[in-house]
Amino acid sequence: MSSGPGPDVLRGMYRTAVRIKASDERYRALMRSGAVGGMYYSPRGQEFAAAAVAAHLRIDDQVVTTYRGLHDQIAKGVPLRDLWAEYLGRAAGTCGGKGGPMHVTSPAHGLMLTTGVVGSGLPIATGLALAAQLQGSDRVIVVNFGDGASNIGAFHESLNLASLWSLPVVFVCQNNLYAEYTPLDGGTTVTRIAQRAASYSMPGVTVDGNDPVELWGAAGEAVARARSGQGPTLLEALTYRFCGHIMGDQQAYIPAEELAAAIAADPVPRFRARLVESGVLTEDAAAAIEQEASDEVADAAQFALGAPEPEADQLTTDVYGTPKEAA
Amino acid sequence: MTSTVVPDQRTLGFAAAINEALDIALGLDGSVFALGEDIQEPNGGGFGVHRGLQTKHGAHRVRPTPISEQAILGAAVGAAIGGMRPVAEIMLMNFVQVCMDQLANHAAKTRYMSGGRTPVPLTVRTATGAGGGFGAQHSDMLEAQLVHVAGLKVVVPSNPADAKGLLLSCIFDDDPCVFVEMTQLYFSAQGPVPDGDVRVPLGKAQVAHAGDDLTLVTYGKQTADCLAVAGELAAEGVSVEVIDLRTLQPLDLDTVLGSVARTRRAVVVHEAVRRNGFGAELAATISEELFGQLAGPVRRVGAPDTPVPYARSLETAYIPGPARIAAAARSLLET
Repeated sequence: MSSGPGPDVLRGMYRTAVRIKASDERYRALMRSGAVGGMYYSPRGQEFAAAAVAAHLRIDDQVVTTYRGLHDQIAKGVPLRDLWAEYLGRAAGTCGGKGGPMHVTSPAHGLMLTTGVVGSGLPIATGLALAAQLQGSDRVIVVNFGDGASNIGAFHESLNLASLWSLPVVFVCQNNLYAEYTPLDGGTTVTRIAQRAASYSMPGVTVDGNDPVELWGAAGEAVARARSGQGPTLLEALTYRFCGHIMGDQQAYIPAEELAAAIAADPVPRFRARLVESGVLTEDAAAAIEQEASDEVADAAQFALGAPEPEADQLTTDVYGTPKEAA
Repeated sequence: MTSTVVPDQRTLGFAAAINEALDIALGLDGSVFALGEDIQEPNGGGFGVHRGLQTKHGAHRVRPTPISEQAILGAAVGAAIGGMRPVAEIMLMNFVQVCMDQLANHAAKTRYMSGGRTPVPLTVRTATGAGGGFGAQHSDMLEAQLVHVAGLKVVVPSNPADAKGLLLSCIFDDDPCVFVEMTQLYFSAQGPVPDGDVRVPLGKAQVAHAGDDLTLVTYGKQTADCLAVAGELAAEGVSVEVIDLRTLQPLDLDTVLGSVARTRRAVVVHEAVRRNGFGAELAATISEELFGQLAGPVRRVGAPDTPVPYARSLETAYIPGPARIAAAARSLLET
């Protein structure tokens, strides 16, 4: 029986969530102003699904995420300036501006892949876990995906293979109750995604993903299980997305009262109140975390907005690793 | 056949040469491992290419998988990103389409999308080709789909020595390579194969037969057909050059254009369906680069615009053999 998170961990999870929330809010404001274009999939509301799991990860542990990935990228430790520059397609970005929000990688921080294809991260995480196992490393791989991804064949193939080979991977389903524009029960017959673990002989655990303490506990067990060679876990973190599928989504398919209730229960201020009430944070300390995050995001945004785009000669580099022998 | 024959050099079949390349790579580098369906002993995979390797290198490095093409290729992509050099067998090229997302969206693009920070040193071996009575879903040559995806390298060997040397180059290359083994070569091709870690570089075509009057540009099993046509036309006093591309991407255009600039006549030959095949790209490029120098249009020989049929009579009619190649060549020689 593991004990709960200590005060440093609690403050750390809050700080991570605040950095995510501040980044997301600033990014959406820039999109609304027209200063930033492209596609954006806000993780607003899902901050702790990333922050509580990442609290267990070392820098050499590896994370795979999806197009709704800003929270996972920040939680894994990708520096905000680098990340913001990538989101804005700048040469100083994590990928030199060639990937963009849907394809962020930062191997030095263990953010190994962001995929724009639903479910495609799971087989790749399985392979990253296979590499760790073959190399004799105790690093752990976490792959984040949504409830919709659990209906893709790659999900089932990956869980089966990871279980067959006892791979050190944690499959984290951030179940935000909507697969793009379709509610969970419109495309999925199980009521809990974690039930699907039973078919693959691994633990399947469902927790309130908006309760960082509860999720921290379950993630700790799953990460420890993977790290000690006992194999994969399917961890379902129940959560909610506040801004719909993509930027500009009017959310007409979502009952207004459901959305209003979710926003009223916003996990970030809720956790703040809990930490202040329990004495883990003073009001001043909480405000300082928020101010620091706000300043850091302002700095990252300013840095990215002022940074140059990649030169045109970068168009044709990095397609292949070695120069073509003849072309 | 395309290699220089050294007296007393041993000969191997196509599968044995590929097995030897895998054995050497597994022996050279602990980051190399193989995965795929049924590759364990005693069968060593659908065509026996891994036979003996699991016994020698261990079940952790020669890993049989469930029938899960997305997981196989995805695991290979992930392992490659994680510092390994996986060699994945997708039993048949038609099944590559089952995991095309992992190959085209992830293996091919991750280096680029990461600004060069995340290479994917992965080799995918797959078998295909008509002539075995395998029907429409086990025989397609789909290389044109793959060369259209930036970031992939595509290799189609024609003989055992090249198969060994090119596969070694693929395994130790830092990009995702698709290595296409034409199944009929498992049954027909015997040839001299050098001992040891002898690699054939990617992107270097082989002049399989030198000539002055006409150039046949081909790869894979059709190399033997083109050599047969070169022999047939030599008897009529026509000197034919045969270029075996060996790799389609990277493509050795220097050798192709250098040859056609001399012969002024080119026929592009492959087994894949002619329409929108790789030959169309070759023909267009030759025409663009050498338009004023050509004695006639670049001809293309390929399969008709149909799925691969089952009945032997139909399958024989489907496969572009020496007769169709010779007819295309003669049509140019008359100009």
